[in-house]
Amino acid sequence: MSALLIAEHNNKEVKPFTLNAITAASQIDEDLHVLVIGHKAEEVVKSISQVPNVKKVIHVDKEIYENFLAENFTSAIVKNAENYSHIVCSANTFGKNLMPRVAALLDTSQVSDIIKVISPDTFLRPIYAGNAFATVKSTDSKKCITIRPTSFDPAVTSGGSAEIVKADGGDANTNIKFIKREEVKSDRPELGTARVVISGGRGMGSGDNFKLITAIADKLNAAIGASRAAVDAGYITNDHQVGQTGKVVVPDLYIAVGISGAIQHLAGMKESKVIVAINKDGEAPIFSVADYGLEADLFEALPQFLEELSKLNTIQK
Amino acid sequence: MKILVAVKRVIDYNVQVRVKEDGTGVVTENVKMSTNPPDDNAIEEAVKIKESGKAQEIVAVTVGEDKAQETVRKALAVGADRGIHVKVDGIVEPLAVSKILQKIADKEKPDLIFMGKQAIDDDCNQTGQMLAALLNWPQATFASKIEIKEKSLEVTREVDEGLETIEVNVPAIVTCDLRLNEPRYASLPNIMKAKKKPIEQINSSDLGIDTKPRIEQIKVEEPPKRKAGIKVANVAELVEKLKNEAKVI
Repeated sequence: MSALLIAEHNNKEVKPFTLNAITAASQIDEDLHVLVIGHKAEEVVKSISQVPNVKKVIHVDKEIYENFLAENFTSAIVKNAENYSHIVCSANTFGKNLMPRVAALLDTSQVSDIIKVISPDTFLRPIYAGNAFATVKSTDSKKCITIRPTSFDPAVTSGGSAEIVKADGGDANTNIKFIKREEVKSDRPELGTARVVISGGRGMGSGDNFKLITAIADKLNAAIGASRAAVDAGYITNDHQVGQTGKVVVPDLYIAVGISGAIQHLAGMKESKVIVAINKDGEAPIFSVADYGLEADLFEALPQFLEELSKLNTIQK
Repeated sequence: MKILVAVKRVIDYNVQVRVKEDGTGVVTENVKMSTNPPDDNAIEEAVKIKESGKAQEIVAVTVGEDKAQETVRKALAVGADRGIHVKVDGIVEPLAVSKILQKIADKEKPDLIFMGKQAIDDDCNQTGQMLAALLNWPQATFASKIEIKEKSLEVTREVDEGLETIEVNVPAIVTCDLRLNEPRYASLPNIMKAKKKPIEQINSSDLGIDTKPRIEQIKVEEPPKRKAGIKVANVAELVEKLKNEAKVI
């Protein structure tokens, strides 16, 4: 049997985490097929066919798939799932929304958010906001798996030439209608894949004060993150939230500013390679995971930080 | 409208979870338990809709051991009208929970089913979507805003890219984000009143659902520990360390 990966894309380009999911899925089964469901997504199909790890691309095209509604995707996936032992997808909001719907119809107990493939039926996954790691073995004959993208390297994107086949989807679910998507456009690196992330918390005090963070992010070519407290307070939009119910990031450098370090925030960043914490409360839990802690008032420290960075001859981008 | 709200009892979000030494799970003895946080948002939203006159009845349901009733009692104290407790011992996977909830939905015939988007214990994020599939209802997951219309809901969803708005026809399932609302606290008189509200008890076996886990938990262990860091005296030292020691800037 083979593994079937559900591609995430925007009908024009492959979303980067699809490549991480390809790596994970090909560790489960080398005979990896990718299902591209969308509308006018020929470019996506073409670029996935060039990924060397991919053996076959199955393309389902219909207007009803233009906005990636889980109700419509599910029937297309179930229709094409018959010959596969594993259905795989990224554990981001796309896959989290979609995969359980598929799993229920296939009567499979889904394994969510795996961080390691131990064998084709055994996986490692974090539970309790990453405070424990569980080794789990799926006994279902058909397995539905979502993978934590930051735990797998992205697959190489060129040199392959997978076969492309067309397949049928299903009918539209008339009980759901897509209205709009408000994407926050930014020239910065994406939070999920950035080499450097600088995040602000409740200590920032206002949305306006985030400009102190923005200035440093510009210097370091960093993505901007936030704690839930900062998003709840309206300082910054939800797509910046790092944590158990937000995004998980694993940058080379994570700088937490004015973030106390609740368990739920640590769950989203504690695997980062180097962690810096700037906080005026020396007892803040964030210092327990920080490689470098600076006990200071952020309103003094951030302008100084910017100034020190400006003195450097070179900064890695 | 009638709203069914599913709630789960979990280790309180403030507790530092400890792994058992024998690797069979995490320590739950003498640990504070609470309602799964986004389930509180689900209850709150249902109560707000009822207060606005757009819903007539709220039923709170939980699946789990005897003590899981506490979460239903809490839902009753903040405004649910009656409760259902489906008794199951041991681990119940989201697939089994959604099959149980499907039976409850068949019987209760709610127009809406609300629950939290994710339980903070197993972090699965599955039950709402699975239940929607089994009932063949539309799903509005990760909801941060709900607008009730004639026979539909307009829901704003929090997604990785930002916000997405969809319209789902009733009956529908909504899984709630923590930003949907600010859950209220139960007042003492309401806690007393809730003690008189009925909770129906059902055994999962009476529903004909096999709750045997399909996923074998082989072991639970502590995640690798980070090595202890240092405190720097000032910003200049911080930048020097990042440049020359960690070599990340």
